[in-house]
Amino acid sequence: MDLSLIIMQLLSGIALGAVLVITALGLTIVFGMLGVVNFAHGALFMIGAYAGLYLASLTGSFWWGLLLAPILIGAFGMLIEFVLIRRLYGRSIDDPLLLTFGLSYILVEGVRIVFGSDGIPFPTPPQLIGVLDLGIGFFPRYRLFVIVLVAVVLLVLWLTLEKTRVGLIVRAGARDPTIMQVLGVDIGRVWLAIFGLGVGLAALGGVLAGPMRSVNPEMGSLVLAEAFVVTVIGGLGSIVGAVVAGLMVGVSISMVALFAPEMATIVMFALMAVVLLIRPQGLFGVRGRTA
Amino acid sequence: MTLRSSGEAVAKPASSGLGWLLDQRVLLSIAVLALLPWLLPSKALAVNVLIYGVVVMGYNLLFGYTGLLSFGQAAFFGAGAYFTGIAIGRYGIPWFAAVPIAVLLSTCLAAAIGIVSTRTRGIYFSMVTLALAQLVYYVALQAASFTGGENGLRGFTVDRISLFGLQVNFLDPVNKYYVLMAFAALAMWFQSRILNSPFGAVIEAIRENEQRARACGYDVERSKLVVFMLSGAISSLGGCMLALHLSIVPLDILHYQTSGMIVMMVLLGGARSFFGPFVGAASFLILEDVISLWTPHWQIFVGAIFVLFVLFLPKGIWGTLLDALGVGKVRR
Repeated sequence: MDLSLIIMQLLSGIALGAVLVITALGLTIVFGMLGVVNFAHGALFMIGAYAGLYLASLTGSFWWGLLLAPILIGAFGMLIEFVLIRRLYGRSIDDPLLLTFGLSYILVEGVRIVFGSDGIPFPTPPQLIGVLDLGIGFFPRYRLFVIVLVAVVLLVLWLTLEKTRVGLIVRAGARDPTIMQVLGVDIGRVWLAIFGLGVGLAALGGVLAGPMRSVNPEMGSLVLAEAFVVTVIGGLGSIVGAVVAGLMVGVSISMVALFAPEMATIVMFALMAVVLLIRPQGLFGVRGRTA
Repeated sequence: MTLRSSGEAVAKPASSGLGWLLDQRVLLSIAVLALLPWLLPSKALAVNVLIYGVVVMGYNLLFGYTGLLSFGQAAFFGAGAYFTGIAIGRYGIPWFAAVPIAVLLSTCLAAAIGIVSTRTRGIYFSMVTLALAQLVYYVALQAASFTGGENGLRGFTVDRISLFGLQVNFLDPVNKYYVLMAFAALAMWFQSRILNSPFGAVIEAIRENEQRARACGYDVERSKLVVFMLSGAISSLGGCMLALHLSIVPLDILHYQTSGMIVMMVLLGGARSFFGPFVGAASFLILEDVISLWTPHWQIFVGAIFVLFVLFLPKGIWGTLLDALGVGKVRR
């Protein structure tokens, strides 16, 4: 097999993985801070895609959709935290999970009522249509854009967490919320913001994935399983883990698709099972917390 | 069983009169189920309550009694149905042999998934069971020559069955209900025996305090794996019943939505109670029936009701009712 073909497929896998990274990151950040696994994450990803599509057609520009959808859906996520999830802190660890699961039913059916049950095509922005000559082969411009954008978002997120005062509060809050409260930090506000950020990342993933897969009300359940696999492989709560595992899963899917297409949907689950048997806490997870 | 949940004092069950009757949870449950086709608006609904009741009851062993929130129970429900259909349709095995074979094979599947998933704890367990059940879904989708893929499995209609020389028309809804009820009764007896055994006390101890159970010398990992397999076995029997009932196995049975529905049913009815799963299955299916009469978007209401239950009625309908009546935990 041709080497350039393999490199092209590798790049495709990285683009696929980039969307997974963004989505799984939202899940893992929320868990790391709040100890909540958001089962509505996939549904919010799907709503993000619809919101991006709607805003893009409203403003006539993909870029407004890309910018506004994550912000709007993130704000919606903060509303969810404030109205529903906040009531469950201190109760069984399963309760927020069950609540968000019920919520995903409502969100999916709500989208069906508003936009219908059929898939809607998500047009690629005109500036990014077509392919780019990379010297060894042609690669879709849009996918290249996804890789670059995700890299930028990751960099901004990393700088914020590591270099700013806000990031310091967030990192300390993940380690010991009680001490933070003693020090006079309103941890409730931090949690609210983090939940909004997590949901916003899901929505961003949805908008980015839009032009690469079809947009339909059911797309969230597949994404939820994918995001779970990525966070389990990387280690729940670990940001580095989400990045490494997301890329790993994306690349494995597209590589396997090259050699054995019928195995492509199965490979990530097999990968997860192997990781769990060797390291139950995930590649970058801390033992004791979850495994 | 004398294990005390959450430190509450439990009175020893009285051995005569009403007390004795309340202790016969299997007999009482069977009596209620025997009346069900005449209480519900349609026989089809009653059969579904029976089937989902068994599936959810098996799941309750895992979630309610052991405290393991799995989001992958559909894998075993589906496995039971697919194995039954394949055994009858492809290999011509008679139905009474196909059912135990299907349960056995499904239990092996539960062992495989259990070995991986019971190594994890808490929220991880929910995510891993969901992912592994999705794996089963995709395998069934890809192995279309065995499973029929997206079209579902067809071609194994059981229309007549002979019982002790007696020919029973299985297409008659009433006959079908009572034949399937025999399976349900068997499953209930089995589950009751598990719960009454020392092993039943161990799994409740794991739910209440895993570290203490371990400190007492119980092999927590092995117990979790065993209960995962038992739970899968009982739920797979529900799958066998579904296959016999429908004569087709839709691929959707393995979908994550089905696992979610099982979780919803157990919470609506009441986890940790013996009859709660049947109450949950009945409420869910009746709700679906009633709401879908006037809107195709019944899921939005079911989702909202579920959210309200999680927030305000976490013990479910049956659990709350039993609490209100002051029925001791022993008699659940």
